Amino acid sequence: MSVNGRYVASIDQGTASSRCFVFDDRSRIVSVSQQEHRQHFPRPGWVEHDPEEILRNVLLVVRVALDKADLTPQDLCALGIANQRETTVLWDARTGAPVHNAINWADTRTDRLCRELARKFGQELFREKTGLPVTTYFSGPKIRWLIDHIPGLRERAETGEVLFGTIDSWLVWNLCGRHVTDVTNASRTLLMNLHTLDWDPDLLDALGVPAAMLPEIRPSSEVYGEAGAPLAGVPVASALGDQQAALVGQTCFKAGEAKCTFGTGSFFVLNTGARPVTSSNGLLTTLAYKLGSGKPMYALEGSIAVTGALVQWFRDNLGLIGSAPEIETLALTVEDNGGCYFVPAFSGLFAPHWRSDARGVITGLTSYINKGHLARAVLEATAWQTREVVEAMNTDYGSALSELRVDGGMTPNNLLMQFLADVLDVPVTRPIVAETVSLGAAYTAGLAVGFWPDTDTLGKNWHKAAEWLPSMDGVARDRAYRKWKKAVARTVDWVDDDE
Amino acid sequence: MAELAGELRLPKGTVYGILRTLQAVGFVEQDRESGKYQLGPALLHMGSSYLDGNELRTRALNWADGLATRSGESVRIGTLHENQVLIVHHVFRPDDTRQALEVGSLLPAHATALGKALLANHTYIAAEFAPGSLASFTPATVTDIYRFRQELEAIGQRGWAADVGELFHGTASIAAPIEDRRRVTVGAMGIAGPIERLCDGRLPRPEFVDYVMEAARAVSRELGAIPW
Repeated sequence: MSVNGRYVASIDQGTASSRCFVFDDRSRIVSVSQQEHRQHFPRPGWVEHDPEEILRNVLLVVRVALDKADLTPQDLCALGIANQRETTVLWDARTGAPVHNAINWADTRTDRLCRELARKFGQELFREKTGLPVTTYFSGPKIRWLIDHIPGLRERAETGEVLFGTIDSWLVWNLCGRHVTDVTNASRTLLMNLHTLDWDPDLLDALGVPAAMLPEIRPSSEVYGEAGAPLAGVPVASALGDQQAALVGQTCFKAGEAKCTFGTGSFFVLNTGARPVTSSNGLLTTLAYKLGSGKPMYALEGSIAVTGALVQWFRDNLGLIGSAPEIETLALTVEDNGGCYFVPAFSGLFAPHWRSDARGVITGLTSYINKGHLARAVLEATAWQTREVVEAMNTDYGSALSELRVDGGMTPNNLLMQFLADVLDVPVTRPIVAETVSLGAAYTAGLAVGFWPDTDTLGKNWHKAAEWLPSMDGVARDRAYRKWKKAVARTVDWVDDDE
Repeated sequence: MAELAGELRLPKGTVYGILRTLQAVGFVEQDRESGKYQLGPALLHMGSSYLDGNELRTRALNWADGLATRSGESVRIGTLHENQVLIVHHVFRPDDTRQALEVGSLLPAHATALGKALLANHTYIAAEFAPGSLASFTPATVTDIYRFRQELEAIGQRGWAADVGELFHGTASIAAPIEDRRRVTVGAMGIAGPIERLCDGRLPRPEFVDYVMEAARAVSRELGAIPW
């Protein structure tokens, strides 16, 4: 047993890579390890991962992180998991073998299915029960697609021979042998009722998903079990969606507190307290977290699918930069975007528009534009998309954001952070320990085993590391925003019904 | 080429072949008018310590945050830019007081720990400082070029640098070099704070020197420098 361990480890299983962080009780990073996994794009709009590659990488990064710090599993008092949400894995309950690649959250193959579901049952049914619109983003339709497309799968799912899980379930099942998920992950399936926090029979019926394949829904902070070898004895004590983990890592424990994580995609999450708040402006009502037997806390979320992913695309598909940080260097070779705007609707538009018929667009091109301007437009796309989400949030919640707490892989980009402050017209602050996803998973796990006593103690560990103040002229900002909105209008109506 | 062949005591044909190869990779170039050979640009880059500042910041961020937490002081990472220190990263002192972000600002290299840590590992740049070119900021600023070079040598030996009230009265800074996988110094990382906190009298406290060196070492490891 590792209850006397002096450290907590957390796994951040993300879209692009898996990482393990080891923290001490002062929230200091003791060691880190990271391993990227392959992105498979079998067809345009399709995105998949190999679940076994992910599992191997997770075990590897934990081992490497421990080795780097000269620690053993006995030094850990808990292991927490934060995961990319919605990504769907189906596996054989007996052999553990996946029946298909994991279908990623950004995958859009369920587009026609979603439109049929919306037509047949109406968006209202889903929004009322789950707080979500019916779109390709969520797991439920992905499960149905797999059932429809793999012969014999329906029968096996109905008997529980084949199990479903988001990545948290896949990992916990492999580590501890229990088939569970937490409320935040379950709240992204379109199958869980937001009010009962249980699978909803009407939704299972509508989506055609058998109950036998579903995991048990548990709190985000709880000892699910002890890990087997190679982490023998370590309590697996938390699971939550990565964005919710970041909310916890940013210690946003009170209603009204919010953060935005800038990574492959960007996610603005506002803690709305013990009651769910409906959105009429394209945001998602979702779970923030549930700590043990405490009340579930809800959140409003603005999800932006493509932000850092655009920089990676610029690097890997266009080859215009050698590494992601170089985007800032390239963008600084020019003074502004030269009039061009890039709306990366690669998987359609997410919040607040939710248009699955949209695809990416670069507009405003003239012979003046060079790769420096494009690099600027790539960065500015993140800021403008955030602005749209913040506006929706202010309207839904009824009060305006006064400061933005940020975290995630894009925060080292000073140009972006300053531009963000400029277009939002509020100060942007970054905490020390920008790795809030990992920290949040560690906090949630640590609370479950008593490594930290309560959330107030965690709040005392939050300190400002940097701050960017708005410096843009209001007229210039309004003009640029107007252009941005024009660019967005040019992304829709692209995908045809027969595609 | 005749000179080279004579010096190397190799047949001209052989020397010619070698020169062609060296030219192809940029280590040697030939002056078009005189036909003479000279060292090429690639050689200069091999020894150069250029690492994109944005890349450096991204790779160092977690360790810089950690250093700020451990030391309780603000952290800066700098690179050499035309004999000054360019701040490529700045982490606030973690006491939630009002501070301004200094990324992009330039500091004098001879009066800051960051600058001294960088210059100690770029002695050819330090060698170009003319006597009298070191400006004075406080009575403690080192303005004597010979004394400065001696200090740089000591820094090169012990692996860390300090400024005690040499830029601002009452403020001290401690810094260590960051190396990449070629063991070339690509930047420096340090803390800055009140003299009475960072120093015992005029001597930097060993625990702060340790924190800084450990953090710089961690970034160097991250960049591929052999772990030590």
